[in-house]
This record gives sequence, C-alpha cells and structure tokens, in this order.
Amino acid sequence: MTAMIEISNAAKTFIMHLQGGVELPVVSNVSFHVEPGECVVLSGPSGAGKSSILKMIFGNYRCDTGRIDIRHQGKVIDLASAEPRQVLSVRRASVGYVSQFLRAVPRVATIDVVAEPLVANGTPRAEARDKAKALLRRLNIPERLWALPPSTFSGGEQQRVNIARGFVSDLPILLLDEPTASLDAANRAVVVELIGEKKRRGVAMVAIVHDDEIRHLIADRIVDVTSFAAAA
Amino acid sequence: MSEPVTMPDDDEPLLIADGLSKNYGRLAACRDVSFSLHPGEVLAIVGESGSGKSTLLQLLSAQLAPSAGRVSYRMRDGVLRDLASLGEAERRFLFRTDWGYVHQDPAQGLRMAVSAGANVGERLMAIGWNHYGRIRDTATTWLERVEIDIGRIDDAPKTYSGGMRQRLQIARNLVTAPRLVFMDEPTGGLDVSVQARLLDLMRNLVSELNLAAIVVTHDLAVARLLSHRVMVMKGGRVIETGLTDQVLDDPREPYTQLLVSSILPP
Repeated sequence: MTAMIEISNAAKTFIMHLQGGVELPVVSNVSFHVEPGECVVLSGPSGAGKSSILKMIFGNYRCDTGRIDIRHQGKVIDLASAEPRQVLSVRRASVGYVSQFLRAVPRVATIDVVAEPLVANGTPRAEARDKAKALLRRLNIPERLWALPPSTFSGGEQQRVNIARGFVSDLPILLLDEPTASLDAANRAVVVELIGEKKRRGVAMVAIVHDDEIRHLIADRIVDVTSFAAAA
Repeated sequence: MSEPVTMPDDDEPLLIADGLSKNYGRLAACRDVSFSLHPGEVLAIVGESGSGKSTLLQLLSAQLAPSAGRVSYRMRDGVLRDLASLGEAERRFLFRTDWGYVHQDPAQGLRMAVSAGANVGERLMAIGWNHYGRIRDTATTWLERVEIDIGRIDDAPKTYSGGMRQRLQIARNLVTAPRLVFMDEPTGGLDVSVQARLLDLMRNLVSELNLAAIVVTHDLAVARLLSHRVMVMKGGRVIETGLTDQVLDDPREPYTQLLVSSILPP
C-alpha cells in the first residue's frame, strides 16, 4: 500500500454490561485511506462515531472486526490485531493524536508536557524544550506560564498546549479531534498554518472539525461518517 | 493522552509467567496466569481485595512457591532461568541487586531505626561496596533524586512523613540499578497530594532507568499513569488484559466495566 492509513471494514460496538448487556453499535464497514500529505476530514453529526474512528486509528478503542493498517517504520501493521507493545511503538514513532481535552500529569511543567513526545523518542531534553518553546510562542502561550503545570490554565490555553504537544514531533501521521474548538480567530489561523506545514512535509492527517471555514481551509477530502452508521 | 513515556523495542522477554496457580487448600487464590514482561515495560495488576493480585505478586517475586506453573527470568547473562531452579547465590543476587520490592507499608521495606543514608547504603554494602565515602555520596545522590532534603540524611525514617518514607524506600530499592521492580500498592497509604508527587517521581524514574515494573494496585489512576499494560484480576483469574488506555477507555468485561464506572469524577 502507498497510503499511510488504510482502514477496511472496521466495526465497533459497545456492549454495556452494567445496563443489562445493551448493545450500542457505533460504526460498521468503515473503509477509507489517507495518503501522505493529505488531510482527510471526517464529517457527520454529533454521535455519528467520528471520535470513535479516530480512537480506533490510535489503538485506543478496539475494533470488533476489520483492519486498521498503518504504515510504521517501512512496514504495514494492523492496529486492530497488534500487541500492546506494537501499538505503543506505533504511537511513539508513527501516529500522534491531539485529543479534545488535555490530560496531563499533575506537577509537570507546560514546557515539559509539550516536549515529552520528543524526549520519549530520544531527542535530547534541551533540544526538545527549544522546539516546545517555539511552538508555545507561536500558539501565543505567554512565557510566564511555561514553567507552570497546565491544569490551572483556561480551556483555550490548555487546548493550545495540547496542540503544541501534538505538533511538536515529526510523526508521519496525525489525528486531530476538534483542534480549533475553543480557540479565537488568531489562534485558529495559527493551527491552520501548522496543519499546512505538516502537509507540505508529507504528514497524513485525519481531522474532525465542526467549523465550516476551517474545514474548507484544511480538508483535501471529506469522508462522510454517516455512511458508516452501524444500525445496518 | 498521558500514557507513560518511552518503552524500547526489546524482543526478549525479561520475565515469563506460565500457567501460574496457587491453592490454599480448596481455595484457588491464583489460577492459570500466563504473560510475559519485556525490559522497560510496566505492567499493572488491578482488582479488588481478594482478587489474587497480591498472591500473584508474591509468586512472581519468588516469595511464594506456585502450586502449578512456573516463572522464568532472564538473568543478566541473557539466559532464561526457572526461578524454582535457582541456587542460593543466584536468588540472593536477584533480591539484593537485580530486583526491587516496594512495599505498601514503608516500615516493611525500610529499617526504621537506622538513618536514611544507612538504609540506602545497606543495599550497596550487601553487594560488596565498602568505601564509606562512595557509599555516602551515592546515598546522597539518591536522596536528592527522590526529593528528600539531604539535611535529613542522618535521621531515621521513623522521623519521616509517610510520603518521605515511601520515597526513601524507592531510593533504597533503586540504588543497585535493578532491572525489575515489584510494587505492592505503592501509593496506598498516602494523602492524595503526596500520591501525585510520588507517582510523577516514579513515572520519571521508571522511564529514565528503563525499569521493568509490576505494580499491584486497586487504584486505576495509578495504573493509567504508570503502566503500559494492565491485567484485571477477579477471583484469582486474569479476566481482561491489554494496553492500559484500551482497557480503561474501552473495557469489555462486565467486571472491568464496573471497576471503570465506579471511579468518581474529580
């Protein structure tokens, strides 16, 4: 495959054992692919399963059936059947994820929260911090906040820290779950710029964005998630 | 996502549990547990009291003989050995050097009446260090690493707070550069604020030192923060296992769903 991500017939159903075993179908027959340098935007109403698909591509949700093929270090690995160690290796070297909300360890300074993915990949701490600083500056996080843990920051500031953390490494695949949701116009423009730079470097991206204007600016292709509705 | 950092790709497992069981009379405390642990990998064993997680930890650390099954460990020469077949010298090497064991109650892992410096230095003397200055320097470095004021180096841990004692116990364990650390409810008896600091510290040490660890905890937040992988135990069996965030965010088994849904939001 030449694609960075190739999903075929993936399906996900939640079985809620505490609610008498109710089955909650989320998506089925999910099939699409993402090429290098391409940004695919998932569209569909709230509850259609967009975030679940991103989580399946990150290996955070398990698939019931189907394949999630990811290009990882020159090989193709099916995340739907991969061992935990392989999933972690894919996340370290190939797939980054910007979640809707920042989930950081208490006590860790913002600068280190952002630098961590690079350090985990073997980048020397000083160099990782320099890259983190540059991104925090671009995303308009005031320097006086860098040494503080982000837990007390405003929603928009946390979101920008989260974006900085997601964009700091040079991973070939990025998953973006509403990266601009709580940002003002100036910061939204920065994120659009960052996404453009990633594309030019050949990064494959899957994004969820509700804002039509942003979607128009970043999407190379739109995949309608309602066609994967699992009711069938 | 704040999953633990760095886990190198190392293809040879460090420890292999194969069909481990332990019966107490008719009671099966641990039934047919198998898994392998790789260098630098952190495994959390979660479950409620009586689920068998502490029995399993004792079996894995050779403190209890299994009724069936075996534990194999890759010694520093690269050879995989059945723990039950080890000679006395090899066992001693494991306990004194290559393994650490962090008890829930620091009083079990420390000598409460001797100084903090001696508590750390003792592990070094046990492996043949005899130069007082070097031992003291190393002990000092380790106290700093676990954020204990070196002005307290000559005080006995009985004068320390709970959080300090636990950090001292960790320093005592890590000073010999073990490759595997067993932890039994390491944050169990501590205040929440103290827990956060200890967790952050452990998380950094584990990744900096590329330690493998097996952590028994009933606290899912501890599992999420520290571990790469989790095993959920109930009634002596492993009922669900996988990548930590997968099991906690997408639990499949009824009991795991119950555990996850029982956490009160902060």
